[in-house]
Amino acid sequence: MPLYYDDDQTMLADTAGQFMAEEGSIKNQLRHWRDRQCKDGFGHALWQQFAEMGFTGMLVDEDDGGLGMGQVEANIVLEEIGRNLTPSPFLSSSVLAATALKHGSNDVKGRWLPDLISGEKVYGVAIDEGRKHRPETIACKAQKSGNGFKLSGKKDFVVYGASAEMIVVAARTSGSDSDVDGVTLFAVPQDAAGMSHDSVRLVDSSMASHVTFDGVELDGDAVIGEVDGGREVLDAMLVAGRVGAASEGVGVARGAMDMTVDYLKQRKQFGRVIGEFQALQHRAAHLYSEVEIARAVTIKAAQLLDGGSEKADLMASVAKAKVAKVAGLAVREGVQMHGGIGMTDEYDIGLYMKRDRALQEFLGDQYYHAGRVAEMSGY
Amino acid sequence: MSNSDLEAFRAETRAWLEANCPPEMRQPVRDEEDVYWGGRNATFKSEAQKAWFEAARDKGYTVPAWPKEYGGAGLSPAQAKVLREEMAAIGARPPLSSFGIWMLGPALLHFGTEGQKQRFLNEIARGEIRWCQGYSEPGSGSDLVSLQTFGEDKGDHWVVNGQKIWTSYADKADWIFCLVRTDKEDKYRGITFMLYDMASEGVSTKPILLISGNSPFCETFFDDVSVPKSYGEDVPAYVGEINRGWDVAKYLLGHEREMISGADGGNTGTIGAALTRANGEVDPVLRAELAQFDVDALAYGAMGEKFLDEIKVGKAHPAQPNMMKYAGTELNKRRHELMMAAGGSHALEWESEETSGGKPSRNWLRTKANSIEGGTSEVMLNVISKRILDLPGA
Ligand SMILES: Cc1cc2nc3c(=O)[nH]c(=O)nc-3n(C[C@H](O)[C@H](O)[C@H](O)COP(=O)(O)OP(=O)(O)OC[C@H]3O[C@@H](n4cnc5c(N)ncnc54)[C@H](O)[C@@H]3O)c2cc1C
Ligand SMILES: Cc1cc2nc3c(=O)[nH]c(=O)nc-3n(C[C@H](O)[C@H](O)[C@H](O)COP(=O)(O)OP(=O)(O)OC[C@H]3O[C@@H](n4cnc5c(N)ncnc54)[C@H](O)[C@@H]3O)c2cc1C
Repeated sequence: MPLYYDDDQTMLADTAGQFMAEEGSIKNQLRHWRDRQCKDGFGHALWQQFAEMGFTGMLVDEDDGGLGMGQVEANIVLEEIGRNLTPSPFLSSSVLAATALKHGSNDVKGRWLPDLISGEKVYGVAIDEGRKHRPETIACKAQKSGNGFKLSGKKDFVVYGASAEMIVVAARTSGSDSDVDGVTLFAVPQDAAGMSHDSVRLVDSSMASHVTFDGVELDGDAVIGEVDGGREVLDAMLVAGRVGAASEGVGVARGAMDMTVDYLKQRKQFGRVIGEFQALQHRAAHLYSEVEIARAVTIKAAQLLDGGSEKADLMASVAKAKVAKVAGLAVREGVQMHGGIGMTDEYDIGLYMKRDRALQEFLGDQYYHAGRVAEMSGY
Repeated sequence: MSNSDLEAFRAETRAWLEANCPPEMRQPVRDEEDVYWGGRNATFKSEAQKAWFEAARDKGYTVPAWPKEYGGAGLSPAQAKVLREEMAAIGARPPLSSFGIWMLGPALLHFGTEGQKQRFLNEIARGEIRWCQGYSEPGSGSDLVSLQTFGEDKGDHWVVNGQKIWTSYADKADWIFCLVRTDKEDKYRGITFMLYDMASEGVSTKPILLISGNSPFCETFFDDVSVPKSYGEDVPAYVGEINRGWDVAKYLLGHEREMISGADGGNTGTIGAALTRANGEVDPVLRAELAQFDVDALAYGAMGEKFLDEIKVGKAHPAQPNMMKYAGTELNKRRHELMMAAGGSHALEWESEETSGGKPSRNWLRTKANSIEGGTSEVMLNVISKRILDLPGA
C-alpha cells in the first residue's frame, strides 16, 4: 500500500478537517467548555455530531452496525482532532473501547456497541495503576465469586472516566502482578456498586479519574474475551490506542507549527517580519522536517495495523515515541517564537503545549516507547 | 498492473535474484572498493562482483526504471519498488554505482535530445563511461550561480578556462558534466551545462586529501580546453539550451539530494541491536541514545518510503528532496557518532587488520561531508523555509 491517502481517505480528511475546524474549533469547544468549568470536559452536542458524521462507530465492524473502517481512517479523524484541540472521547471510546469490544462475545457486543455507535453513550478504559503507563503490571484484582467476579483495586488516568457509562477494566484474575497471563478485561458499568470516581481536571482542561473498585460485583457476562486470556485483547487495544494517540499528536504538532509559521509571517520587530530572520527560519524548517517524518511513520504504523502485520506493535511504539518527541518540539518552539504573547492565556499556542503534555503521558511517553523499541530489537 | 501480475513479477524477481546474485554480493557495503563504479579503466574486485554486474546489466537492472531502448529494464514504478524490496530482503548490493545513474541520467531523461539519450544513457547503463560532476568552484559553493569558469564562444566550439573544486573522483572519471559560464552579463541565464571528455587537452586534476585520510576528491583545472558544440547529429555537447544550464543544474541537484539523503533505504537501518551484539554491554545512557536513534531511523525509513511513493504520483512538494537530504544526512552523521561511541577504543584504530584499515573511524569522518556535499544543511533549511513554509526572504 502506498504511504499516502487514497481518494476516499482524502475525502474523509477533507470532511473531518472542515468539521473539526468549524464545529470542533478551539473557540467553540475547548475554550468554551473550559471557561465554563464543564465537569465533562467536552460537549455532548458535539459528540452527537460526531455520531451523525459516522465517526463514533467507524472502527466497529459492519456486521455489528459500524462502518468497518480501519486505523488509517480513525487516525485521519484523530489528526484533525489534534490540530483543532477538539475535546472528545473519540480516542478512549471509539478507538480503545471499540477495539476491546471487537473481541467480545455477541452478547457483550449487543449490549454495548449500539449506544457507542449512536453516540448515546461514551466509554472509557482503565489500564494504568500509577503515575506512569506500565501495562505489563496489572495488580487490580478480580476474584471469582459465584457466577461472576469481585473487582478490587485502583486505576489512574481514566480519561473522561466520570462521563463514561462503561469502563473497560484490565484486571488480574490469576497469577502475580507482572505475569503476562492471568489478565481479564471487564466491561464495568458506570452505576456498578462499589466503584467510585475521583475526577480531576488535567493541565489541558480534559478530565480524568482515579477510579477505586471496592469489591465491585460483576456478572460473568461482563468479561470481554477470555478469562485469564485478556492480555491479547489488552495488547490489541493498546496498539490501536497508541497509533491513534500518535496521530492526534501529529495533529497537535501540525496545528502548533502552522500557527507559529503564520505568526512568523505577521509579527514585526526591528522593522521587518520576524520570519525573515534566519535564526527562526532554520528552526521552523527543522521542525517542518521532523513533523513530516513523524507523520509518515504514524501513517505507516496505521497501515501495518490494518494489514495485520506483526511489525505493527514495533511501529506503533516507534510512532508514539517519535511523535511525542516531535510534538514536544513543536509546542516549545511555538511558544518561544510567539515571544511574550505566547505566554498569555489569550493566545492558543499555549493550549497546544498543554494538550501535548497530556497526550505524551497517555499510553506511554517517548522514553517508555523508545525502551520498547530497544527491547523488541533485542537489546 | 494488477496485484496478481505484480505478485507474479515478485516471484520471478526473487527467482532471478536467487540465481544471479552471488552470496558475496549480499553483504553490506563496507567501503568504496565494495562498490563497482564502471568506466573505461574499471577493474572488478572479485569474480562475484563481475558476475553480479554483468547479470544485472544484461537484464537492465543497473537502471531498472529506465526505458529498454536506453539500457534499462523499463519497469513500472510499482515493479521497480518490488525489485528494490526484493533486493533489500536479501541485502543485495547495487550492481553498479555511478554519478551517471544518480545525476546525469535523470537530467538527460528530462532534458536530453533523442541522440544524447541513445548514446549517453546506454553508456551509463552499461557502466562504460564514468562521469564526474563539475559544479563547485573555490569561490562558488553554496552560492553556486556565482561560478566563474568561462567558455568563450568560438563558433563551432568553446574554449573553457577556469577551476573546479571538490570534484569527486575527477581523477578516475572519463567524462565530466560541467557548469560553465557562457554569458557574463546574466547571473542565472548565462550558464551552460556541458559534457566533455576528461582526457581532453588542458584538463588536469589534483587530489584533495580529506580528514578521513582518503582522497577521492580533486581540484580540476581547465586550461584552454576546447569543447566542441556537438558530438554528431542530434548529440549536442550541452544539455538543454545554451545559457539555460541552470535549470538543468537545479533539476539534477534535486536528484543528487534525493540520492545523498539515502531515502531509498540507505538510512533506515537500526543500529542498537547490532552494536550491542558486536561490542558487548553498553552504558545505560548510551543504550538510551541508541534506542532514540533507532526510533528516528525507523521513522525516517517510513518517510523515505512515503516520499518515494509520493514522487511516483507527483504528490511530493517539489522542494521535498531538500528536506529528505537534510534529515537523512543529519541522521547518518548521528549514526556514525553512535557507532564510534559503542565501538570504544577499537573504533579509534586508524590502521589495523581488525578494522580493515580503520574503517569505522574513516567512515565516521567521511559522513561529516554528508551535510555539506550536494548543498549544505543550512542551505537545505533555507530552501525549506522559503519554498515550503513560504517565509519571506531576508
Ligand atoms: C512573563 C513575562 C513577564 C514580563 N515582564 C515584563 C516587565 O515586567 N516589564 C517589561 O517591560 N516587559 C516584560 N515582559 C516582556 C518581555 O521583555 C518581552 O516579552 C520580550 O522582550 C520579547 O518581546 P516580545 O514578546 O515582543 O517578542 P517578539 O520581539 O515579538 O519576538 C517574537 C519571537 O521572535 C524572535 N525574534 C525577535 N527579533 C529577533 C531577531 N532580530 N532575530 C531573531 N529572532 C528574533 C524572538 O526571540 C521571539 O522568539 C515580560 C514578558 C513575559 C513573558
Ligand atoms: C565530500 C564532498 C564531495 C563533493 N563532491 C562534489 C562534486 O563531485 N562536484 C561538485 O561540484 N562539488 C562537490 N562538492 C562540493 C559541495 O557541493 C560544496 O562543498 C557545498 O555546496 C558547500 O560549498 P562550500 O564548500 O563552498 O561551502 P560554503 O558555501 O563556503 O559554506 C560554508 C558554511 O557557510 C554556510 N552557508 C553558506 N551560505 C549560507 C547561507 N546562505 N545561509 C546560511 N548558511 C550558509 C554553509 O552551510 C557552510 O556551513 C563536494 C563536497 C564534499 C565535501
